[in-house]
Amino acid sequence: MIEERFDAIVVGAGMAGNAAALTLARKGLKVLQLERGEYSGSKNVQGAILYSDMLEKLVPDFREDAPLERHLVEQRFWMMDDNSHTGLHYRSDEFNEERPNRYTIIRAQFDKWFSKKVQEAGAVVLCETTVLELLQDAYGKVIGVRTDRKNGQVGADVVVLAEGVSGLLGTRAGLRKTPDKNNVALAVKEMHFLPQEILEARFNLRGDEGAVIEAVGTISQGMTGMGFIYTNKESISLGIGCLVADFEKTGQTPYGLLEKFKQHPSVAALIAGSEVKEYAAHLIPEGGFKAIPQLYGDGWVVVGDAAQLNNAVHREGSNLAMTSGRLAAEAIFQIKSRRDPMTKENLALYKKMLDESFVMKDLKKYRDMPDLLHIQAQNFFLTYPQLVSKAMTNFLRVDGTTKREKEKTTFRSFLAARSLTGLVGDAVRLARAWR
Amino acid sequence: MHIVVCMKQVPDSAQIRVHPVTNTIMRQGVPTIINPYDLFAIEEALRLRQQFGGEVTILTMGPPSAEDSLRKALSFGANRAVLLTDRFFAGADTLATTYALATAIRKIGVEFGSPNIVFTGKQTIDGDTAQVGPGVAKRLGLMQLTYVSHIDKVDLEAGTIDVERRSEGGVQKLRSKMPCLISILEGVNEMRIGSLSDALAAARATIIKWSAQDAGVEDITKCGLRGSPTIVKRVFAPKPRAEKAEFIELGDKPGDAFVDELFKRRPKLEAELGQLTRGY
Repeated sequence: MIEERFDAIVVGAGMAGNAAALTLARKGLKVLQLERGEYSGSKNVQGAILYSDMLEKLVPDFREDAPLERHLVEQRFWMMDDNSHTGLHYRSDEFNEERPNRYTIIRAQFDKWFSKKVQEAGAVVLCETTVLELLQDAYGKVIGVRTDRKNGQVGADVVVLAEGVSGLLGTRAGLRKTPDKNNVALAVKEMHFLPQEILEARFNLRGDEGAVIEAVGTISQGMTGMGFIYTNKESISLGIGCLVADFEKTGQTPYGLLEKFKQHPSVAALIAGSEVKEYAAHLIPEGGFKAIPQLYGDGWVVVGDAAQLNNAVHREGSNLAMTSGRLAAEAIFQIKSRRDPMTKENLALYKKMLDESFVMKDLKKYRDMPDLLHIQAQNFFLTYPQLVSKAMTNFLRVDGTTKREKEKTTFRSFLAARSLTGLVGDAVRLARAWR
Repeated sequence: MHIVVCMKQVPDSAQIRVHPVTNTIMRQGVPTIINPYDLFAIEEALRLRQQFGGEVTILTMGPPSAEDSLRKALSFGANRAVLLTDRFFAGADTLATTYALATAIRKIGVEFGSPNIVFTGKQTIDGDTAQVGPGVAKRLGLMQLTYVSHIDKVDLEAGTIDVERRSEGGVQKLRSKMPCLISILEGVNEMRIGSLSDALAAARATIIKWSAQDAGVEDITKCGLRGSPTIVKRVFAPKPRAEKAEFIELGDKPGDAFVDELFKRRPKLEAELGQLTRGY
C-alpha cells in the first residue's frame, strides 16, 4: 500500500462518481477518484438526456461552459406496430426558456467537462487506472482499493462505489449480488450524423431546440423494451433496449432489433442519408425499487447505476446518479466533521438522506411497475400496440362502413385479444402500479 | 544524463471526420491523444534513464489543452513537462515549429541542464511530414539519427551512442557523437503503465508553461503562421481508381505468353517500355 492515505476514494468517473468527488472535494476532503477509461466519459455511451435541476445543485452556472447539444422542446411517445405508429406529441414554446430544464448531451464530452470541475475542486483524478478489488480488513471493513498499476494499493477512510451498473467490485467483495438478468436491460445505440440544417428540418427544430422520441410496440418483438431517438446538434442518437432475461428467452439479437427499428417506415425517413459513426451497447438497471442492493457498509457506500438507481418509467438515471453521489458525499462529510469513523451505523445516514429525497420516493412510487411490465410484456409491448394501430386505421379509413359499426369492430378486436376481464385487469394493474 | 522528448498532442485519427464541403479536418469534439509514435520515444527515454540515471523532460508546443497529454506523459514517470503555448505559435508549419522547439530546447538546456539526447517520434499522425525532428537537429547543430530501430550502446564517458537505423533495403549500424537527436521507429518497445505513485505525482504536477517570450524567442516573425512559408493551396480527397484489375487467363502457357497478351491489350505500355529500354 502506498504511504499516502485519502479521506475518500471514489471508484468511477460517471455522473454519480463525479457528483460525489466534486462534493467531497469542495467540502475540503482529500479525495482520490479512479477511472478505468482514458478520461472521464471515454467509456460512456449513454443517449443522453441531462436534467438541469440536479446539475444546478452541483454546478449552478453549468450553462456557461458545459458541452450541451440541444434543449428539449418536444417529446414524442410512439406506440408502434410494424408499419405504423400512434403518437402523442407534446411541444411547447415554454421550454424555450432562459434556463431550460432538459438537454441532450453527448456523455463523452459532457463527462470530460464535469471531470474538469472535479479536478478544479481539488480532487486527484487518475484515469486509465482500473480498480481490481476492494481491500478489506479481517472484519470485512473496506479500507482501500487495489488498482492495476504497479504498487497500486491505496487506503482511504471510505470508498464510494460509483462503478456502474454491473457492480463488479461490490460483487467480488461479497457486499452484494450480481444484478439479476430480470432487472437489467441491454440497450444498443448508434450515432447517426446528419448536416445540422437537414436534421433541424426533419425534426422541425430551430436553433438549439431539440426533440426526443420514445417508442414502444412491436419493435421489441413482445419483449419488455423501448426504442429512443434523441436529437443532438448534428447527430441523432438512436437505440433500443430490452430486458436481458427477455433476450435470453427469445433468442432475439439486440442488433437485429436495432436494424428493424431503423427500417421502420416512421424511423427510416428521419435517418435517411446519415453517416453512422458509433455503435455501442450498455446495460441499464431496470429493476426499480425492489432491485436496490445494500447501499452502505463498513467503509463503503454505493451510488448511481451501481446502486441500481434508475427510474425506468420516466427514463431518469443520470439525475438519480448525481443526486445519490452528492448525498453520499454530504453524509460522508457530516460523519467526517463529527470525527466519527466510517462504520456501517454511521454511513446509514446516506440511506436516510436518500430515502428522504425524490430518488427513493419516486422509485417507491413505481415499485410495482417493473413486475407488471416484465411479466405482461406480451400484452403491453405487442398486443396493445397492434390493437391501437388497428383501431386508428379503422377510425381514419373512410369506406362507407357506419361509424357505429366501426366502433363495434374496434371494441370486438380488443375483446378478442384480451377478454373483458383481461382489459379491466390490465387497467387496474396499471393504475395501481402508477399510483 | 538529460533527455528531452518532443511530443505532440494530436486529434485521435480514429475518430476524425472530414468536412464534406471544405475537406478540412473537423477537430471539434474529437478527442486528442499523444501522437502514438511519440510514445515509443518517451518509453525509450525512460529506459535510458533507468539504465544511466538522470532526467527526462517532455516538451510540447500546442494550445493550453495540450496540458492533458503532458500530464499523461508525466504519469509514465517523466521528471518534468514543458508546454510551449502562445498565440504567436498558432498556425505553424514545420519550419516555424522547429524554430520554436529548438529555441525552447536551448532554454531547457539553460534551466535544467544541456540534453545529451533529444528524442522524437518517427512522425506525427496528423501532419505525417517527419520533418520536425531533423529540423530541430539542424537548428541546434545536433547529430541526427532518424528511423532508429534499436539503441545498442551508450558510452557516456566517450560521449558516443551506437544505434541501428532502418534504411531502405537494410539496417545501418551507426555510431554518433552525443548530443544527438534520435527519431525512433514505432514498435521498438512497449509503453509501460506508470506506477500509482507516478500517476499521483503527474495528477498534481505543475506543468511548466512558456510563452514565446519565456522560451527566449528572439524573432517572433519566425513563429506561427507568420513564420510559415508553407501555403495550403487546396485540400482534396483523392478519387478511388475507377479502373479495375483485369484477369489474364493463360492456362499452362509460359510467362512470355503473358507479356505478349499484356502488350496486345496495352499497346501504349509496349511503346513506353521500348522507349525506356532503348540502347540496352
